[in-house]
Amino acid sequence: MTTARSMSAARSAATVPVDSRGRTLPRQADPGQPLLVVENLRTYFSLDGDTVRAVDGVSFTLNQGEALGIAGESGCGKTTTALSLVRLLPSNAKIVEGAIRYFGIDLVQKSDTAIRRYRWREISIVFQGAMNALNPVHRLRDQIAEPLRERLNLKAGAARTKAGELLELVGIPKKRGGAYPHELSGGMRQRAMIAMALACDPAIVIGDEPTTALDVMVQAQILELLERLRRDLGLSLVLITHDLSVIAETCDRILVMYAGRVAEEGLVGEVFRAPRHPYTQKLLAAFPNIQADRRTLDVISGSPPDLRHPPPGCRFAPRCPFAMEVCTEVVPPEVTFDGVRVACHLYPPGSDGVPVTVPPAPIEAGPR
Amino acid sequence: MRGGYLTRRLASAFITIALITIVNFVLFRAMPGSPERVILRGTPNVTQAQLQAARVRWGLDKPVFPDQFVAYLGSTVRGDLGYSFIARGRTVTDVLAQRIWPTVILFGLGELVAILLGLALGAYTGWRRGGPIDHVGNSVSLILYSTPYFLLGMAFLLIFATTLRWFPTFGMLTAGMQYPDPWARFLDFIAHLALPLATVSLGLVGQYAIVMRSSIVETLSEDYVTTARAMGLREGRILGRHALPNALLPTVSLIAINLGYVVAGAITVEVVFNWPGLGTLAVEALTARDYPVLQGVFLLLGVSVVLANLAADLIYGALDPRVRT
Repeated sequence: MTTARSMSAARSAATVPVDSRGRTLPRQADPGQPLLVVENLRTYFSLDGDTVRAVDGVSFTLNQGEALGIAGESGCGKTTTALSLVRLLPSNAKIVEGAIRYFGIDLVQKSDTAIRRYRWREISIVFQGAMNALNPVHRLRDQIAEPLRERLNLKAGAARTKAGELLELVGIPKKRGGAYPHELSGGMRQRAMIAMALACDPAIVIGDEPTTALDVMVQAQILELLERLRRDLGLSLVLITHDLSVIAETCDRILVMYAGRVAEEGLVGEVFRAPRHPYTQKLLAAFPNIQADRRTLDVISGSPPDLRHPPPGCRFAPRCPFAMEVCTEVVPPEVTFDGVRVACHLYPPGSDGVPVTVPPAPIEAGPR
Repeated sequence: MRGGYLTRRLASAFITIALITIVNFVLFRAMPGSPERVILRGTPNVTQAQLQAARVRWGLDKPVFPDQFVAYLGSTVRGDLGYSFIARGRTVTDVLAQRIWPTVILFGLGELVAILLGLALGAYTGWRRGGPIDHVGNSVSLILYSTPYFLLGMAFLLIFATTLRWFPTFGMLTAGMQYPDPWARFLDFIAHLALPLATVSLGLVGQYAIVMRSSIVETLSEDYVTTARAMGLREGRILGRHALPNALLPTVSLIAINLGYVVAGAITVEVVFNWPGLGTLAVEALTARDYPVLQGVFLLLGVSVVLANLAADLIYGALDPRVRT
């Protein structure tokens, strides 16, 4: 008996899973598995009896220490994807299919109570702190200390000290911890939001448009801060933005979403150098180049489809200058070559990244 | 900046009370009828000399402004509100002191019950929006909110006093009753209090519940509540620490504004139940043209509304750091 018990004690002590940074992981975690694997995620909203397919079959992997940028127009499912990761969806939204594996643990299968264990301690989110993400009636230091006390069971004094350290880490003087959110500038609030997100030493930090409401100078400072923290703390980052330059500066990989699906995904350098998907090409062309001559921007005409009744084939087909007949009928399969994954009929399996038909010259998008 | 906020609130309360005092003076000088005639009411064959003597005796021979006004201000500040025309020899302060407690007890308790019940009901239904309690609670709140006090009071009288005979129909104590001990007297008081108290609190509870519910619903959709959820906090803590403090803000100002209407409600409820408070006193004084008493009631009610608003401002300041600057 004694032997069995001591053996089981030794076993449980030895098998507390730890990640590459030495963080203790939840008991069921398998450190041999990738940090985060999202498989065929489908998150639907119900709206007045209709089903909105906001996220419709999205898959991606996030490795330890990696920064993944998720790009796309407004309403293409970026934020819904991010919120799905820790199941922070509004009550009319539901993950109807797919798996979200954190070190092999499927978060989709967790109960509403059990998922709380993963929030903030494993995956935290930096919301638009410049807006209303901080509670107006509590002092900064108390808001930062709250997860420390509630989730890590730190004593009041220790939590307060740690909150001060976190503020210093993001470049806010410790004594400003007594301030209320309305007493700070947008940039400072965003820093405070980042300090909050780091409180429980999470493996993954999701930035949901963290720089959107800020002016460019402050934006650059915040990105620099995120970049430094990622390097110093070994964080993994998911950065959601419609600003491609933010991804180009801070991310290793980019995932381009369109109407709830992955259009293209790959290393930032590769995708920016040679975008395959017509949507990615359009997105990049719609971005002003500071070195180029002044010219009218190449906008993408039309708007994303109504996700209650999405087009049957490729969802980009109605706006795509290269659309073929097959595009309006068949959902394009995702094919991977040179580390780039693309879902487009121009690149059928085995095409090796060369478009099947040489498409006609791109149609000028809209009147100039 | 906390001191600055407090000073500003106090100054504004003081100015309002001063204005009420002035309006009160002007209002009653503008009313028809002359005080000396009311004073000499009942005296047979009043002569001009008697009238003149009364005028001199009460200072009515002097001009309204500045003499009478200055005298009025001076005595008001000293707490001397004059004598009742009807209750001979009794000061207005004395009459008010006797009638204020029934009102304070009835409406103080009524507000307290309504605030606790209404805010709790509103917070719960808003938090569990769409649930069974929400559906029932919301309809009940709406019905209560739209029912006037006197209707509610009369319905209660009809059901619980006249038909079921569970409670007495009027007054604060049974008239002419000899109590064996103070406890029996207290129980008799409670029996008399029950129906008017239920009327006051139920009349207010619906409104508070409705406002609190919509306030909670709105607060729960705020970004900082999503942040609190993302932190993995327990539901109870999200509600108690993040949603409630923010959701309470609009209800604090509502309750303060409401206190003004409570005065109007006081009159109807007190009259329906013949409750010997300031409401019935105001009605008695009005019908008997007892202007000094009426003036005293007005002043007292005005001052208490101002003080209630001051209290609300201070509570608001304590809850919301943004207004303190």
